[in-house]
Amino acid sequence: MTAINLGFPSVACPVVELSGEHVDLSAPVSDDVSALNDADRKAELHTLEMKAIREGTVASVHSWELVTAVDGPGTRMTLFLSGCLLRCQYCHNPDTWKMRDGLVTPIEELVARMTRYLGVFKATNGGLTISGGEPLMQPAFVKRMFKEAHALGVHTTLDTSGYLGKSASDEMLDNIDLVLLDVKSGLPETYKKVTGRELAPTIAFGDRLAERNIPVWVRFVLVPGLTDAVDNVEAVVDIVKSWPNVQRVEVLPFHQMGEDKWDRLSIPYPLHGVHPPENELLNRVRGQFEARGLTVF
Amino acid sequence: MTVTDGIRSDQHGLAETGPAEFVSGPWQDSINLRDFIQRNYTPYLGDASFLAGATERTTGIWAKLSAMFPVEREKGVYDIDATTPSSITAHKPGYIDKDNEVIVGLQTDAPLKRAIMPFGGWRMVATSLETYGYPVSPELETIFTDYRKTHNTAVFDVYPPGVRRARSSHLITGLPDAYGRGRIIGDYRRVALYGIDALIAGKKNDRAELDMEPSTEDIIRAREENSEQIRALKELAQMAASYGSDISKPATTAKEAVQWLYFAYLGAVKEQNGAAMSFGRNAAFLDAYIERDLAAGTLNEEGAQELIDDLVIKLRIVRFLRTPEYDEIFAGDPTWVTESLAGIGEDGRPLVTKTAFRFLQTLYNVGPAPEPNLTVLWSDKLPEGFKRFCAQVSIDTSAIQYESDELIRNEMGDDAAIACCVSPMRVGKQMQFFGARVNAVKALLYSINGGKDEVSGKQIAPATAPNTDEILDYETVFPAYLETLEWLAETYVTALNCIHYMHDKYAYERLEMALHDKEIIRTLACGIAGLSVVADSLSAIKYATVRPVRDETGLVVDYTVEGEFPTFGNDDDRVDVIAVDVMERFMTMIRKHPTYRDAIHTQSILTITSNVVYGKATGNTPDGRRKGEPFAPGANPMNGRDTHGMLASALSVAKLPYSEAQDGISLTNTVVPSGLGHTKDEQITSLVGLLDAFTSATGYHLNVNVLNKETLEDAMLHPENYPQLTIRVSGYAVNFVRLTREQQMDVISRTFHSH
Repeated sequence: MTAINLGFPSVACPVVELSGEHVDLSAPVSDDVSALNDADRKAELHTLEMKAIREGTVASVHSWELVTAVDGPGTRMTLFLSGCLLRCQYCHNPDTWKMRDGLVTPIEELVARMTRYLGVFKATNGGLTISGGEPLMQPAFVKRMFKEAHALGVHTTLDTSGYLGKSASDEMLDNIDLVLLDVKSGLPETYKKVTGRELAPTIAFGDRLAERNIPVWVRFVLVPGLTDAVDNVEAVVDIVKSWPNVQRVEVLPFHQMGEDKWDRLSIPYPLHGVHPPENELLNRVRGQFEARGLTVF
Repeated sequence: MTVTDGIRSDQHGLAETGPAEFVSGPWQDSINLRDFIQRNYTPYLGDASFLAGATERTTGIWAKLSAMFPVEREKGVYDIDATTPSSITAHKPGYIDKDNEVIVGLQTDAPLKRAIMPFGGWRMVATSLETYGYPVSPELETIFTDYRKTHNTAVFDVYPPGVRRARSSHLITGLPDAYGRGRIIGDYRRVALYGIDALIAGKKNDRAELDMEPSTEDIIRAREENSEQIRALKELAQMAASYGSDISKPATTAKEAVQWLYFAYLGAVKEQNGAAMSFGRNAAFLDAYIERDLAAGTLNEEGAQELIDDLVIKLRIVRFLRTPEYDEIFAGDPTWVTESLAGIGEDGRPLVTKTAFRFLQTLYNVGPAPEPNLTVLWSDKLPEGFKRFCAQVSIDTSAIQYESDELIRNEMGDDAAIACCVSPMRVGKQMQFFGARVNAVKALLYSINGGKDEVSGKQIAPATAPNTDEILDYETVFPAYLETLEWLAETYVTALNCIHYMHDKYAYERLEMALHDKEIIRTLACGIAGLSVVADSLSAIKYATVRPVRDETGLVVDYTVEGEFPTFGNDDDRVDVIAVDVMERFMTMIRKHPTYRDAIHTQSILTITSNVVYGKATGNTPDGRRKGEPFAPGANPMNGRDTHGMLASALSVAKLPYSEAQDGISLTNTVVPSGLGHTKDEQITSLVGLLDAFTSATGYHLNVNVLNKETLEDAMLHPENYPQLTIRVSGYAVNFVRLTREQQMDVISRTFHSH
């Protein structure tokens, strides 16, 4: 398997250092690199990797999974990309935050795996979902991968917070059949508290999807004491109601299964001791969406 | 008199007395159940909306039994008749509620009272009686030790030392040398369709042919078996008569058909304590009678459902007397009354009938239960309504299993049924010599230790040079493993030949074989346990750095693993090909050795619940599994190592080629309900899709549990609240609360696929 680890904390601030030792890049690269000394070689390789990610011929991948009925319809090959700019307090995959922690994987390999599951997609009315992390941190790859999927007749789904919606080109959107859009809070200040970022880009992205009439499933994670305020939820409802392309809203009860990952990564876990929402709260919040005529799960 | 005389005359009589005649055909000239079914069954393409609920009568019968179950669970048995060796006619008629039963017949004279069956072995009977606090009759003990030799004694008379060593070191275990081999399905339908007289006439024809053959050993044996079969058929008629039924002639109504069929099965379970006493493929057959009565107006849907409900209640209370050791291998008191439903016929018509629905409906009408082991022969071509009902029942009850109709039909045609968990056979035309399984993991450890046991240090396999490397090298380990497997294959076939020679001689299944053709196919059903541990261990050696840890005697007792390695269950070819390779090679090795009665070699990748005991007896392994930890059940990936979702896990298993494991490849998966979708409708759609995807990818068998871990944990704490909680374990279902704590923990530690 072609795979090296990247050594940069975020796209915005690359660090010239590669931690991977098993470098096995594709042919045109290796000739040039073999002549160089070690440090230069690493630097050169990193530059090439960055270039490849920017071009979307490779992706930094956290993992893949065949999942059913959660990341879109049917059974799906869900590709979890590495790297996210949000720092959601309830994140259950903090190990996907840093792009450098992923395995750099050529698109051919991922297309080959997707091709392998054509039968599965057909039998289950499933398809490909690109999730993360935040997939829009690697927009060139996402664009290419969805194009490949559509060429094979595979249903495509993007799972995103919308924060980097600007990175999604119209050409990318042309090849997206469904967007799972996280609206993590409806009040800007709560959104900021939950994620560390601004709400506005998500709304802008949602508006764009609505204009293009791309089907959307909205997701809202209900965390007692954090996102459960009536006005916060009502604000989410207001936002969602402005998008006629929303097919369903999923209110996901917060769970504590992510905590051990935070511990393993030695990151202080802000929601330690917080309990999952009681049914009463869950029903109230779902009720807020239902009252406005939305389909809620 | 020939077989046809009896049938023809009766069909004639039938036409005169009212109901429409069945469509005639070759089935009237000779025994041919498939022909009868094909000409007379009505495929049903609709949904489940026609079904009827439980009647008060049905609920009442079940309530009577349900009141007895807690005592049985508490004591281990409800009651035992400790002094009457069981036979077809040994016990007087028994009833649950005589006035209200539609279908009658019990193994002994009272429900849940277990019989002793000493022909397999006296020790098992005596141990069981002592375990449950019943006196052991000195008279019977004398008879079955001094006067009458048992199967168990006979097998040990002929085992060579290598077999004994392999057996006592847990390299080959679970062998049917102390219990009935089972996995023989009598074609019980024959009794209903033809009646006993015609069947006896047929057997007499066979005998006449045998009498013309020279008296070689084979022919003499065949004649003796033929005589025993005829005797058993006569006894069956007597037993039925004791319940007031004359089964000498064909059944004329649906109720009689169900009753005759059940009598035939009942005779078998009165006579044999086989590990798996499977029922066959009866739904479409019975449906022909039911449809006829419905059309004639002599039966309505409620009545039809009542017949099936009552039959199923009877099948649920089949009981055998067994020892605690037996329970370790086959936990939860299973009987494997497997009924195979649906499938597609060779002509493309689905073999789905309303009665297939009715069998599944019993899981609602009398609640979930592990028996009968309802098995759906799944094809993506099954009618949508049936598929969705199956998925719904799975989601609601976790009580049914699925096998690939395509794989089975291509090999055995469309009148094959599953015996036990995953073993397909042509009904009435094929039986197997059940062979339990070898511990393929231990064999790997032996090959590293020069044939010595990693736990006891004893030399078990022939001495070879032990591995002395600091770091294990795949190129050294794998050839040494193959050498050990070669020896194991030979030892294994030897053991099975000894067992089945003696089983035929001392514990012959007279009635079950009376309901077979004269010429039958026999298979020698070998098996492998621990395949995923072997694959992962070899993968670790190949892709990571594995250092053996030796004790002071030089015995390798542990392994340290550095680096990562691909594990089975992630649709990763690097390791999946190792599993395929080991399985194919072992099958090839097995095939080298001649078998008793020229049985065809097969193997299964199935453990039942023995994955726990096998693991307990096996030391540390190179994949990081600790000494004593359970193996994964069947062909399952190891717990927690299949991290790419339920279907990816299943697709790894689907790579194991059925052609090299024609006795079946078992996969058990648990998914949490929310892992299938938000609404019931969505969950049903998802499960149907998963089953289609798995079988289309040549997956063979799938046990589906749809459960939350919390439910099982709560059931461990409050078993009284979960008397009917049913889960699929490995080719069968059990009442969760009847598992040992250890087995319950094993189930809970397995992968729950969610997201």
